[in-house]
Amino acid sequence: MSATAHTIDSPKRSIWDGGQSPLKASYGKLMMWFFLLSDAFTFSALLITYGLIRSAHQGYEGSAEAFVFSQDYWPIPEKVFEAVPFLHGVSLPLVFVGIMTFILIMSSVTMVLAVEAGHRMDRKDVEKWMLWTIIGGLVFLGCQAWEWSHFIHGVGGGGAGLAWNEYGPPDFAAFFFFITGFHGTHVFSGVVLNFIIYYNTVTGVYDRRGHYEMVEKVGLYWHFVDLVWVFVFTFFYLV
Amino acid sequence: MEETTHIQPQPVDKAKVRKIWITALYLALITALEFLIAFTVPLEMATTRVAIFVAMTIVKAFYIVAEFMHLKYEMKVLIWSILIPMIFVVWMLIAFIYEGSAINAINY
Repeated sequence: MSATAHTIDSPKRSIWDGGQSPLKASYGKLMMWFFLLSDAFTFSALLITYGLIRSAHQGYEGSAEAFVFSQDYWPIPEKVFEAVPFLHGVSLPLVFVGIMTFILIMSSVTMVLAVEAGHRMDRKDVEKWMLWTIIGGLVFLGCQAWEWSHFIHGVGGGGAGLAWNEYGPPDFAAFFFFITGFHGTHVFSGVVLNFIIYYNTVTGVYDRRGHYEMVEKVGLYWHFVDLVWVFVFTFFYLV
Repeated sequence: MEETTHIQPQPVDKAKVRKIWITALYLALITALEFLIAFTVPLEMATTRVAIFVAMTIVKAFYIVAEFMHLKYEMKVLIWSILIPMIFVVWMLIAFIYEGSAINAINY
């Protein structure tokens, strides 16, 4: 009898009434997720505008072999991006961007391994994997710098700028600069954040704090940068 | 740091690390397959190409978000609060591609 009375008297509480975390994630991690959501909208806006402008232009009709650069239609990417450093004049369509994609995916893998090491409180392993992630990010940025330089100087037809380019309609180069540039800026910020995390790991900040959650939060950002590249790769280089 | 030397790192979780590398392998394989399609399926089959590329991109995005970003193992509420807003992106994409095609039809 007393048990029944007790259930009636106790107020009904849902998990949203406070005192606990309904999402079972820390404040910092949640805020990182919501920041990434808003950042996803920014990138989507750029990619969707690209879709609009591209579908408003004439597409190239014909075989890949007969393709020539023209202001009349949108170029096919495998003819624009076919250069690889140290292999001047050799046509290797999409090979270099494939290498860049591989580098970024690998640096994402080393980042997950750093997060895993952080869960185990293994400072040495976190240091190792964070360092590999930073190197991956820097190599990617270097590749992008080379690609931009090659794209701007061109292949003998006057190169590319924001107002005009030798590959196709002016908007083609403008979108190349804006989309890969905005992504490259994200990679750069990611490398800076990764370095701060690496520095804090080396100086023992997270050991004293008792957990390596900062590695996880910055890891989320780094994977997001990789995720965006997957979309940029498809919509700018493949389609 | 004296106060940190007593921290004993736990041993590597072999199963977890294995899963990470398998996910990486999937991502690499899908990317390789995309390359294969880019050079084997002729340009004239534009719709087929785009459909395949978009589908494979979504598969890759799933692996990155679910495994690397660990979203698959979060609470359902968190998963949906991240995924549902993406509807706006899909809607905007369809609307703007439609709009672009209409501009194209007027101009050419």
